[in-house]
Amino acid sequence: MPVFRTIRETHDAFDARKISPSELTKEYLDAIEKSDLNTFITVCKDRVMAQAQHADSIFLKHGKVPREQSPLFGIPLGIKDVLTLEGVRTTCASKILENYIPPYTATAVERLEKAGALSLGKLNMDEFAMGSSNENSAYGAVKHPTHYDRVPGGSSGASAAAVKAGLCVASLGTDTGGSVRLPASYCGLVGVKPTYGRISRYGLIAFASSLDQVGTLSNTVEDSALLLQTMSGHDPRDSTTAPAEKLNWAEQLRSLSKKDLNGLRIGVPKEYFGDGLQTEVASAVESTLKWCESKGAKRVEISLPHTRYSIATYYVVAVSEASSNLARFDGVRYGVRSKEAEEASDLATFYKKTRSLFGAEVKRRILLGTFALSSGYYEAYYLRACQVRRLIRKDFEDAFKKVDIIAAPVAPTTAFKRGEKVSDPLQMYLMDICTIPASLAGLPALSLPCGKDKEDLSIGLHLIGPHFGEGRLLETAHFIEKGRGHES
Amino acid sequence: MSLEWETVIGLEVHAQLSTQSKIFCRCRARLETGHSVANEVANANTCPVCTGHPGTLPVLNEQVVAFAIKAGLALGCEIRKKSIFARKNYFYPDLPKGYQISQYDQPLCENGTLQIELASGEKKKINVQRIHLEEDAGKNVHMSGYSLVNLNRAGMPLVEIVSFPDMRTPEEAGAYLRALHAIVTYLDICDGNMQEGNFRCDANVSIRPMGSSTLGTRTEIKNVNSFRFVEKAIEYEVNRQIGVVQGGGKVIQETRLYDSAKNVTLSMRSKEDAHDYRYFPEPDLLPVSVDKAWIEKIKKTLPELPHEKRQRYISEYGLPALDALTLTASKPLAVFFEQSLATVKNPKLAAKTTANLITGEVTRLLHEENIEMSQSRLKPAHVADLVELLTQKVVSSTGAKQALLQAWKTGDSIQKIVEKEGLKQVSDLGALEPVLDEIIARHPAQVAEFKAGKEKVIGFLVGQAMKATGGKANPSLLQDLILKKIKS
Repeated sequence: MPVFRTIRETHDAFDARKISPSELTKEYLDAIEKSDLNTFITVCKDRVMAQAQHADSIFLKHGKVPREQSPLFGIPLGIKDVLTLEGVRTTCASKILENYIPPYTATAVERLEKAGALSLGKLNMDEFAMGSSNENSAYGAVKHPTHYDRVPGGSSGASAAAVKAGLCVASLGTDTGGSVRLPASYCGLVGVKPTYGRISRYGLIAFASSLDQVGTLSNTVEDSALLLQTMSGHDPRDSTTAPAEKLNWAEQLRSLSKKDLNGLRIGVPKEYFGDGLQTEVASAVESTLKWCESKGAKRVEISLPHTRYSIATYYVVAVSEASSNLARFDGVRYGVRSKEAEEASDLATFYKKTRSLFGAEVKRRILLGTFALSSGYYEAYYLRACQVRRLIRKDFEDAFKKVDIIAAPVAPTTAFKRGEKVSDPLQMYLMDICTIPASLAGLPALSLPCGKDKEDLSIGLHLIGPHFGEGRLLETAHFIEKGRGHES
Repeated sequence: MSLEWETVIGLEVHAQLSTQSKIFCRCRARLETGHSVANEVANANTCPVCTGHPGTLPVLNEQVVAFAIKAGLALGCEIRKKSIFARKNYFYPDLPKGYQISQYDQPLCENGTLQIELASGEKKKINVQRIHLEEDAGKNVHMSGYSLVNLNRAGMPLVEIVSFPDMRTPEEAGAYLRALHAIVTYLDICDGNMQEGNFRCDANVSIRPMGSSTLGTRTEIKNVNSFRFVEKAIEYEVNRQIGVVQGGGKVIQETRLYDSAKNVTLSMRSKEDAHDYRYFPEPDLLPVSVDKAWIEKIKKTLPELPHEKRQRYISEYGLPALDALTLTASKPLAVFFEQSLATVKNPKLAAKTTANLITGEVTRLLHEENIEMSQSRLKPAHVADLVELLTQKVVSSTGAKQALLQAWKTGDSIQKIVEKEGLKQVSDLGALEPVLDEIIARHPAQVAEFKAGKEKVIGFLVGQAMKATGGKANPSLLQDLILKKIKS
């Protein structure tokens, strides 16, 4: 198994000629082959080896890693199978897209590859990113990387498991209601969801358009920072992206000379420490906060009063958008068209047969969303949810007048056992209680390892920043990471 | 039409905007020739966006908004500072995303008016409720036993112009439609070809007892593709509804299709089968912001509109109202008229003759061959030359008609045609005198009758002279000469 945990270690190894990009890629491909975590749905062996050999030739020409021009030079990454890669099967972990080969590459991935990154393959996930455990996949559940009977979290479960298990240097996930942060917390990684609008969604197969964001999973804050700044910025193909700004978070972190957190006001929302919070999670978060205070940060008790409505709000908004976003999977232009559909005598049967390929959770959400948008229910559900969403956003706006950053747990518990919650969707939905509010508000948030429970399962610290406040957020996380060391 | 029943008609017009590219992607929306790309090789004019590939996003074409604002200004609408797109959700194979991006409760333009003029000269204001933007769907092609989908047209930019139910007769509906057609073609925002479907109309029709102020149950007649058919379809539908009610039945709310071959409307689907479109705001697009400066800028580009042109033709050229109305009803005809006058020495003097030729022969020929002015070989120069010859009495009106027909067929110059066909009137006195002397000598009885006071008989003599000159002589000149000879 490759031993380099970070982008910088990998580049140093290239420069020291300990390994070449193609040798490294080969090692990762072997590790993927041997792994039984079920993380990759598709491995792009030929494509990635070609990319790696190209990197080899560039290295030969330069004699060193061209870090300036290609900050991700030769770095093998895993890509969640919800992001398109031209010519490479993209399934969204669904039967319905089993044979789908997209004709274009997602902007986020395109920017990473342009910066030198290599795409090892497409990572397993909950079908259409709907789930919190990575058990809702047509390609089988993903195992937790260290506790095989546990879930890695979802929906970007494999994105976390693969990085943790050393099957790629870092990976891309997507976060709609916590899908990057929850797996990062369960697997003991750094997981960042940037501000809504920071990274183009072009090529991100939509679950809930007003919530979806590309995020990163990595061993260090610095790696996530580098990936994020590479992907960020306006994309003419996505009208919801923010104007470009010059970002150099990674360099900012590297040159960070701060010895304390003086002046940092950390808000601690009481609503995130309610019933159902595992004691060890509470104490791990608490002790990290104490450490921050010891470094000069000021702890401010705050309230985000509408937090208790966030799950209900989220599950109306997200499923409504999903019911519409997933309408295109009709078997007419692409995707699987079953024999029964082909033989259908009328249109309704054709659709029924094709769309029966969706998994149970996806069907449940499409039905819920269709209901919530229906005439006569729209006002009571969708419209009301949008109103409450504004109140939740307002809670944060008010809070950020008093604090610089908000700290909380990522999830109420550590990774649970596979099969434990599949039959109880509501219990499953509750896992996202701490991550959903920031998603509804479009705020940047991350998960940082901050301890372990008695079963040696990782606990994540949740840091939330104001809109486009990734700089401060990453800097704080980096400071804590360096100061407290990895808890892995 | 019945005296007991009042007809209430509202029209929804879909006009395809003649922008270079589609509304949400970079695919072409029209060819250099102005022809529709819908007729290109099936599905050649598509991209991942307009075929609804997973992960793609719409990006609004600014030109489309500018065109729609033009229409709004020409119809005196309020232009919303902020309008939003909404998704209209329904399943159909020609609808790639499973929803149409349209506008719903916040359209771009609202509350306009359009003045119509009836054949009687009566004028009436029809209120325009709204103009909104939307994308077109593709087209299903039904073969025996299977169907094909052509998405060339998917994503074409449309405006939907919705009137209030202000029309009371099929004639008014026809006049409204013609006036609207004239406006969009004058603005150069729509090619206006009804056969190609880039100007389509749905009619909402209901009846109510004369004097009633509540609306009756309406039916919607779909996609009628000519002005005349709209009038006929409404006429049929009104009579059908009266028949239903008088027979003790009730009109049911439904969508009906007009069969022009049989001149009947047929039930397509009832209200019970109507879709619940589950409209909700399109999360992939930002609200459309239109500022004052933009509106002012567009205002400055507005051309002379049909009613303004009509006024000018009356005041500047002294044309009768009916001529002005006919000429301005279609932009190509008005342009042709103006270009014909452009090279004439005294336009004011030539205007009536020019108008007569264009509203008479030229219009007849256009109808007969069912072509557009631009497709004809006849050019404004032909008409200008002809008018010049007519004014100088070089050709007779019969000769002029003949020459025009030749020019229409061959495109040859008027000079050449007049020479070749010998259409020049004989005005040479020296050549005429012997002919006239002979006629007078051969018809002593008629000459005597004339002298006895039966002046009508002069017509016979002129006729004889015309015959003798092969129709080339100017009849009024002949009459003058004969009179002079008899009286002397």
